[in-house]
Amino acid sequence: MLELVDVTKVVGADTHIEGVSMTLSKGSINVLLGPTLSGKTSLMRLIAGLDRPTRGDIRIDGASVVGVPVQKRNVAMVYQQFINYPTLSVYENIASPMRVKGADKATVDREVRKAAELLRLTDHLKKTPLELSGGQQQRTALARAIVKGAGLVLLDEPLANLDYKLREELRAELPKIFAATGAIFVYATTEPTEALLLGGNTATLSLGRVTQFGRTIDVFNRPVDLITAETFSDPPLNTLAVEKRGALFGHAHGLTVPVPADDLGLPDGRYTIGFRPHHLFLDAPGGAAVSLPARVAVTEITGSESFVHVDVADARWVALAHGVRNFDVDDRITVHVDPDRLFVFDAAGRLAAAPRALQAA
Amino acid sequence: MTTDASTLPRTGAETKTRPVTIGAVRSSQRSRYTWLVPTLYIIFLLLPIYWLVNMSFKTTQEILSVFSLWPQNFTVQNYVVILTDPSWYNGYINSMTYVALNTVISVSVALPAAYAFSRYRFLGDKHLFFWLLTNRMAPPAVFVLPFFQLYSGFGLIDTHIAVAIAHCLFNVPLAVWILEGFMSGVPKEIDETAYIDGYSFPKFFVKIFMPLIASGIGVAAFFCFMFSWVELLIARTLTTTDAKPIAATMTRTVSASGLDWGVLAAAGVLTIIPGALVIWFVRNYIAKGFALGRV
Repeated sequence: MLELVDVTKVVGADTHIEGVSMTLSKGSINVLLGPTLSGKTSLMRLIAGLDRPTRGDIRIDGASVVGVPVQKRNVAMVYQQFINYPTLSVYENIASPMRVKGADKATVDREVRKAAELLRLTDHLKKTPLELSGGQQQRTALARAIVKGAGLVLLDEPLANLDYKLREELRAELPKIFAATGAIFVYATTEPTEALLLGGNTATLSLGRVTQFGRTIDVFNRPVDLITAETFSDPPLNTLAVEKRGALFGHAHGLTVPVPADDLGLPDGRYTIGFRPHHLFLDAPGGAAVSLPARVAVTEITGSESFVHVDVADARWVALAHGVRNFDVDDRITVHVDPDRLFVFDAAGRLAAAPRALQAA
Repeated sequence: MTTDASTLPRTGAETKTRPVTIGAVRSSQRSRYTWLVPTLYIIFLLLPIYWLVNMSFKTTQEILSVFSLWPQNFTVQNYVVILTDPSWYNGYINSMTYVALNTVISVSVALPAAYAFSRYRFLGDKHLFFWLLTNRMAPPAVFVLPFFQLYSGFGLIDTHIAVAIAHCLFNVPLAVWILEGFMSGVPKEIDETAYIDGYSFPKFFVKIFMPLIASGIGVAAFFCFMFSWVELLIARTLTTTDAKPIAATMTRTVSASGLDWGVLAAAGVLTIIPGALVIWFVRNYIAKGFALGRV
């Protein structure tokens, strides 16, 4: 069990990590989710023991490990950049943690070949890392982390620079590989999709703070605040600043959205409503959906999906629709919002109400 | 409009082609003589060296009496003198001893220093780093007097180690600068990965890090060798007989019969050889070395 207690890291005048407290249990998958510069790498370095927290405590099984050199900790880490020892062969690169431990030749060979097989590096064992492609280099680094058999595995956006096929495969494989060892698995990523695919727990980071930590699906469904919801949404969350008056959310530009039945109890005042892009409909979904006039800004078509960026009043929203939906810039269209899909955040950004549709499900 | 449009590009093309043709003619005329300047330059550079080699195979009498482009009476007697007379060959041994000592000391002192400069931030690191290089900016003559006094005080005059340490004054800063450049080219994450893998610092440094900057170490060693090998003033001042460098021997060789030109020339040739050999080994990295590893 790994506990972080009010961990803070200050470098010069900048606070990189502020007051992070969380508990990671053995055999769990933990995703650190946040945009670039949100402190994912800084937090990982603190957990690994590469950096020392300015304040706070890090405990493994109840004993503080602050100040324990990284060599003495049972940690494996993979960086986003492909980091290997360029002067050693791929085989020796993978074998390196075991060689340091003084494992016998047969064990080393068996483990290296097993890891190489898993990451499809068997044909490249004799080469040096610089002769490999980027993806192979990263797989070498991952193989090294696997053979170490560490109790704490830290992967810092390990798949960010790989091609998508390999990424999908490894994303499915990696948690299984490490979960089998009973290790605490920490995985940093900028992509909400990746967090959802990995499952387990997710900590959303923003500006060096953990805004929420809990089961991934819970964090996704019930983000505690607007920042968490925005972090955990790709494409970004559609938001609108509104004023609640009775049964209506009114926007400064005259738009109104009916307040969902469950949220009528909320006191009147300023709120931010938000909903995910796949809940902004281009076709009337039926039911209680509200129609709003919109102007098309950009359309991105990926093939199976289309991202239609629209301007509604003073807000820029994204609608995620199935199939190819082609619009010209400045087309006037009507978009539909289902009030039952709304997240309502109060003036301070805290979640006031989660979608009703979700609670039903 | 249409005629204008059709003629315009044509004139454009004509004006474009004309200077190209002229240029081509000019450059082909020029290319007939392109060999000239480099050849002259190389002859100019090699002439003194050739003359030295030429003289080294002549007798002193021939050198002084006739002007010949190659030895009339070819002799290796001059080399025999040097290789058999201890007062001569000891000069080489002395030089090589203190140069080797200096190279080893400089590089091994500079390695940790350069690592600190490249990996850590500490109070005044940038000023200290620059100050190091300023040590190279004073002529060695400046240091002769204090060195002589200090080394006399410690009874180190006329020892190899004295010269080796004295040369550290300008070789250590240089080695630090070169090595720092090479080290900064190695990502810090490699260090961290090694620590995570379980390497202790010394083990990491020797097994992982030094092979990574091997060419840097080679270049730094070469520069230390070179500057120590060619430095005369300090080496001569701090030595009398037991550690006298070859260059000092050469400048002092006036026998009863006047200067022994042939032997002197042979000594010169032998002095060039070690430098040329060492340069051959680091030739691919020298440019990077001159840029202090910062290419």
